Amino acid sequence: MNDSVIILTLVSAIGIGTPILLAGIGEMMTEHSGVMNLGVEGMMLVGGVVGFWASTETASIPLAMAAGMLAGVLVALIHAFFSVTLRVNQIVSGLALVTAGTGVSSFIGGLDNSALGGMRSVSTLDPVFGGDITDLPVVGPLLLGHDWVVYLSWLLVALAGFWLFRTKKGLALRAVGEDPATADAAGIAVTPIRYIYTLVGGAGAGLGGAYLTIGVFGVWQNGITAGIGWIAFALVIFAGWRPWRALVAAYIFGALRNTGFTLQIMGVEISSDILNALPFILTIVALIIISARPVAARAFRAPSALAVPYARESR
Amino acid sequence: MTGITKGFFGALANDGVDFDLQWGEVHALLGENGAGKSTLCSILAGLYHPDGGEININGRPVELRSPHAALEHGVGMVYQHFRLVDRFTVAENIALGHPDATFLSRSKDLEKQVEHLSSKYNMPVPADAGVWQLSVGEEQRVEILKLLHRGVQILILDEPTAVLTPQEARNLFRTIRSMAEEGRAIIFVSHKLDEVMEVSDRVTVLRDGKKVGTLPTSEADPASLARMMVGRDLEMPARREGVPGEPVLTVSGLTADGDRGFEAVRNVDLEVRAGQIMGVAGVSGNGQRELAEALTGLRPVKAGQVFLGGVDITRSSVLDRIKLGLGFVPEDRLGTGLAKGLPLAKNLSLKSYRAPPLSTGPVISKRAVDQRADELIQRFDIRGTRPGLPVSLLSGGNLQRAILAREISGGPKAMVAAAPTRGLDVAATEAIRTLLLEERDKGAAILMISEDLEEVLALSDEIVVLYEGRIIGRLRPDQADPEVMGLMMAGREVDLS
Repeated sequence: MNDSVIILTLVSAIGIGTPILLAGIGEMMTEHSGVMNLGVEGMMLVGGVVGFWASTETASIPLAMAAGMLAGVLVALIHAFFSVTLRVNQIVSGLALVTAGTGVSSFIGGLDNSALGGMRSVSTLDPVFGGDITDLPVVGPLLLGHDWVVYLSWLLVALAGFWLFRTKKGLALRAVGEDPATADAAGIAVTPIRYIYTLVGGAGAGLGGAYLTIGVFGVWQNGITAGIGWIAFALVIFAGWRPWRALVAAYIFGALRNTGFTLQIMGVEISSDILNALPFILTIVALIIISARPVAARAFRAPSALAVPYARESR
Repeated sequence: MTGITKGFFGALANDGVDFDLQWGEVHALLGENGAGKSTLCSILAGLYHPDGGEININGRPVELRSPHAALEHGVGMVYQHFRLVDRFTVAENIALGHPDATFLSRSKDLEKQVEHLSSKYNMPVPADAGVWQLSVGEEQRVEILKLLHRGVQILILDEPTAVLTPQEARNLFRTIRSMAEEGRAIIFVSHKLDEVMEVSDRVTVLRDGKKVGTLPTSEADPASLARMMVGRDLEMPARREGVPGEPVLTVSGLTADGDRGFEAVRNVDLEVRAGQIMGVAGVSGNGQRELAEALTGLRPVKAGQVFLGGVDITRSSVLDRIKLGLGFVPEDRLGTGLAKGLPLAKNLSLKSYRAPPLSTGPVISKRAVDQRADELIQRFDIRGTRPGLPVSLLSGGNLQRAILAREISGGPKAMVAAAPTRGLDVAATEAIRTLLLEERDKGAAILMISEDLEEVLALSDEIVVLYEGRIIGRLRPDQADPEVMGLMMAGREVDLS
């Protein structure tokens, strides 16, 4: 039963869905502070190559993940400086990150003449729970068969949801993203919060990138993300800026990403271009459905000050 | 505060202002728009940083570098545009930024404290409601509660009554007095003389960024304060009756949905005649904006009909309505009224650029546009700008002059004017009112929608009161004393006979 097409599809959806989820949760936190970072793809690539390089150098997965995360944070710092301190257009700055991240990651991947490209990952991520327990029908492969990064991503979803909607820190964060002038008047420091959560977004993307190269593919290749960063960006919108919805949506997007293979096995011919476009089409459909229902539109709309720079004395 | 100086773009908004505030007093800050009241308060609240001068609290010099620092020193401000997060609940807004120890944003303690404060100061608010569901008066109460909850001792209220019904304003005054009796110091910013007379202990008058003087309210009278404020004697245009002619703008059974999906305008019947100003009174949020938008084609009409000069325009495009002679002075001057980033000359030509002399075929004549702008700037006395500068640099009064210049120069048969003098100072109000009355006397049918009762009473030849999207009362100006109007605005039907 654990070998059925459905179970296998779901398991592989969780595999490819995890980097989407990690990057998406990070971007979600960033956007709740009113900063939009379109550079997820670039941050994931840099995190991916640095993480992969660290794994070949240190043979330690936790260190490699940390290195990928840190790389993502550094790239996000550029965006924070441009969009929060210099208040440049966030779309321009974010798109620049994509281009720069693509270039920088290819450059790092080709350093030392010892091209990382094509090299297999030194160590692999093993499932946390070994043995018979993963043979349990359905629950085994779906809930118990994963490596620690997957469980970490679930923990992060829960933490993000709690942080955003139950704590004062989260309240302050959302206030900054909704209405920075009000937050400022209430004594909340807008700039530091926007910086911190932009970096949190970088950490998520970097970790997601590292997991993609080490945990999912086990190789580094130029441009290996192939649009996964953009899917993570769409995920935030599709999930209506809610972490728990992002968890489900990430796996739906992950499943779509893998549907091509499944359909091929089942003998159905369908263009992979269409399948790759599906997450974005779904996002648009979700937006249409939500906007047609006023109550949902209020609950699941973007933070009001998203992508709007804040200057205290502007008038 | 001594010698406070603050400039914006080379113009001094505050020029060496001295201001002293005592515990337990209500100190009114009086002045026209642009006199520097809001700037002075924003400096005290830590929002702006002064270019010069010094602030002392209890005799000790303090640096108020941010609103946060000001709050730490017990200074809090209720801004004219409320600083509330729309999407949060009342309790969440009150918890926001509060430095107490709890980590969680929802706590029973907080709710109890809010309830305690709200009953103590007689300011009822629903703690678990979303701010987007509240009326303006309730929002203001939340603002005040938020500051009280943070233990603010110096409370600044910037034009707090601009959005209230007379009854709500009276409640607010009671709250202000009881806060002062507890020893708090309150700065009450206003340009309405009778309010200042009613609520304050002392008055400081500002003009052109400078202090004119401070005096105990008991020694002041409205006329002398007005003279201090404006620097000369003022005469409000005496109300003259209009001479109503034929019906021009006729509305029957108009119903339109609001942004939140439910009906915001319900079954409204109106008949505005040539040479008549019909005032639509009501508390903000009772369908005024939606009514204006439905009439001008910016909001779809769900049911009913609108006629302009006998032509059915219910489903006409905005452009067709303009061509038929419908002018619009929107509430939101820099959003709907004028294009913020465009120069004044372009803004003035926005409704007339399609036809000669401003354009030939597809080409716009820059010279003709500039020339038209120069004419209008002259004729309507738009100050402090050149045709090539963006309109966002204009003051409120000049923005409104620019909008009226554009609309009136189009020779409108009918005009919808929303809150035409809101937030304007005495002199600008006088000018705008005169323009509207002139336009009426030239035979335009004017529908004036306003939340400011004084404005409605000063200009209207006929008054209707809007409540929850319905017309709840119709009256002549001589029947409309503020008491009766206030009751109607609060939704009470009043028998006028």
